[in-house]
Amino acid sequence: MYFGRVVGCVWATAKDPRLTGRRLLVVQPLTPELANTGRQLICTDSTGAGAGELVYWVRGKEASFPFAPDDPPVDTTVVGIVDEVHVQRKK
Amino acid sequence: MILARVVGTVVATRKDPRLEGKTLLILKPISPDGKDEPGYVVSVDTVSAGFRERVIAVSGSSARMAEGCKDTPVDNAIIGIVDDVNMD
Repeated sequence: MYFGRVVGCVWATAKDPRLTGRRLLVVQPLTPELANTGRQLICTDSTGAGAGELVYWVRGKEASFPFAPDDPPVDTTVVGIVDEVHVQRKK
Repeated sequence: MILARVVGTVVATRKDPRLEGKTLLILKPISPDGKDEPGYVVSVDTVSAGFRERVIAVSGSSARMAEGCKDTPVDNAIIGIVDDVNMD
């Protein structure tokens, strides 16, 4: 699972029927220090996360598990909203 | 999933029989503001996307869950045509 920030959303009318009614979010991956890292990607949402929110997301086939037994063709899903992060790096 | 733009098609006569009848398109990954990103991918089209259209592509084993791709040797599939991207 990875950190990310919701930075936008995507509209798509023509899509796989099992994606009907699912929200598609633009997510910017983050480091534990909350700095941007890597490309922005599109995630389905299983939590109701909104714009600007700090979230964690999952990659791979597991991304469709929150929507079982539908099994939509998704490979990245927001599965949690982060309240707080505590990181202590060795100096 | 990634955002991408359709930039071409692939024609293959000799291929896995389970790929017969599937449309193969060349995708260029793009950022949400439309700028090109590095690399290209060949993807199976499940939503009848057209040339230059912005699409959503799924990769890995999840691509096999796309419409009509069950048990096919596919690791990238187009699953949606983008109408609009809203950056907050």
